[in-house]
Amino acid sequence: MNFDRRRYLERVKERESKSPVVKNCFFAYLFGGGICTLGQLLLSLYLFAGLSERDAGTLVAVTLIFLSALLTGIGVFDSIARIAGAGTLVPVTGFANAVVSPALDNKSEGLVMGVGAKIFTVAGPVLLYAVLSGALYGVIHYVVALFS
Amino acid sequence: MRTVIRFPVPVSIYARASAVGGTESDGPLGALFDFHDETDRFGADTWEQSEESLSRTVLNLALARAGESQDAIDLLFAGDLQNQCVASSGGCAAAGIPYCGLYGACSTSGEGLLLASLALSASPALSRAAVVTTSHNAAAERQFRLPLEYGGQRSPTAQWTATAGGAFLLCHASEPFSPPSAPRITACLPGAALDSGVTDGANMGAAMAPAAADTILRYFSLSGESPSDFDRIVTGDLGAEGSALLLELLRENGLDLQGRHRDCGVLLFDPLKTDVHAGGSGCGCSASVLASLFLPALERGELNRILFLATGALMSPSCLLQGESIRGIAPLVVLESGKTGGEK
Amino acid sequence: MLGAPLDYLLAFLVGGLVCLLAQLLIDLTKMTPARILVVYVVLGVALGAVGLFEPLADFAGCGITVPLIGFGGNVARGVREAVSETGLLGALTGGLSAASGGTAAALCFGYLVALFCHSKPKCP
Repeated sequence: MNFDRRRYLERVKERESKSPVVKNCFFAYLFGGGICTLGQLLLSLYLFAGLSERDAGTLVAVTLIFLSALLTGIGVFDSIARIAGAGTLVPVTGFANAVVSPALDNKSEGLVMGVGAKIFTVAGPVLLYAVLSGALYGVIHYVVALFS
Repeated sequence: MRTVIRFPVPVSIYARASAVGGTESDGPLGALFDFHDETDRFGADTWEQSEESLSRTVLNLALARAGESQDAIDLLFAGDLQNQCVASSGGCAAAGIPYCGLYGACSTSGEGLLLASLALSASPALSRAAVVTTSHNAAAERQFRLPLEYGGQRSPTAQWTATAGGAFLLCHASEPFSPPSAPRITACLPGAALDSGVTDGANMGAAMAPAAADTILRYFSLSGESPSDFDRIVTGDLGAEGSALLLELLRENGLDLQGRHRDCGVLLFDPLKTDVHAGGSGCGCSASVLASLFLPALERGELNRILFLATGALMSPSCLLQGESIRGIAPLVVLESGKTGGEK
Repeated sequence: MLGAPLDYLLAFLVGGLVCLLAQLLIDLTKMTPARILVVYVVLGVALGAVGLFEPLADFAGCGITVPLIGFGGNVARGVREAVSETGLLGALTGGLSAASGGTAAALCFGYLVALFCHSKPKCP
């Protein structure tokens, strides 16, 4: 067969069906903005209840994580996320889903080697790079502080 | 293999069966399948065991249709997508049938039919062989992609691993128990693993199309036949994306399939009703569509002669992350209606 | 008493924008979601490091703190405070301490969900 791999790959790229970018962006904005607004409402509630600014902020994250875990558990998070895309991925709900879904999925392999060993398979990179870049910043901050 | 293998005594498919999951049974072919389970669980607790159960179910359905027991089968060729083909060994081979496990990714149905035909032709001592292939969406997602409840958007070129299985019982066409209407395998041509250059795991159709084109072109050039000698040229699971690429590649090489091409992955789902993107895939996709749509049409004499190419993307998630491109493969078998006696 | 309407509007507008940018990255550059999350969390740490995170969070509230940028911003704040208090060791202890609430919540709820729920087949 007459097969030119480079030309073939160009053609594959050319005729590939494209994601519906405008629609995806609309829903990402709507859901993402909506989740953040919900967070804001929760924050106001917790502040009103007398929590400190910092505790209220943490509790907002915890509440959203709880909701996301619940929706993941009853099997509707993935259906929402298929429409919302980055709208549910980027808020802390996406991080929660990334932790909860492998835990649930690997339940069949046991609570230690399944749930335990696999719980960070999706969210691990986020945690690693958060801690890593944080540590790097800490060192830089320390050194800068020494000389100033 | 540089030559088309023709069988002096054709091999007949004297019984076949199909079983599918919920999404597949809601598709356009839903009414044609012998068995479906709306829950995709097939009575098992884990997805891996569900596929074992699917494999066992579909073999038993084919045996029931032939009125035979598992003891009658001399040799079983079976495969699926799971590591070490556990669904096949645990599902239908556990009954003690001598078993050869196959891994041809989604091309396993064609590979199985090809090898079973060769085995029967090579040894008169073998009287009955079975071919069973399955795939299960949940088991495949778990092994190859992401957790089931992970919330992500699938790429528009992605295909949907079908929860489906097909079983085929084969014998020499000269056997007295082979019904005269049974479709026959008269020739085959093994596929060659062809590096497509595609590195996108969400575009398997594009990864398999060159291998399918290669096998089709080799077949017609070696056999001297042309597409007009066939009623249908059926590919396994190129999907919408891969099918268009296949036709383009063939046209560039001077071959026009003249509207005879059909793809099982495209036929299995209704793109307007279910959001499966480019179409179905998996070992069970081509097997179930062949068993429920094309073989019955050959049995009834509505089709006389078809080329069947199961298509496989020989993909490993690790190698993909290492930057390797995906190789495709497409074994081919020639299927003829028993009604016409198999002559051209 | 439950905050000014402007706070909600800003949270919606800015939070939506942050998500829209991620969606553009997914659709136009074929970046995988895992990479996007890593980019966002590192971006949050970087914003915190150069002192931009706090002003942004004051302006947009949950529009900045609820997306993963907020996770990164928290880590940066934790590290900064810990380094000021305990010296270099704070570079290691500050980040996870500040992010502990969310992380522990995700782990605990994840475990509970795994105990009590079953994964369902995907439907297209």
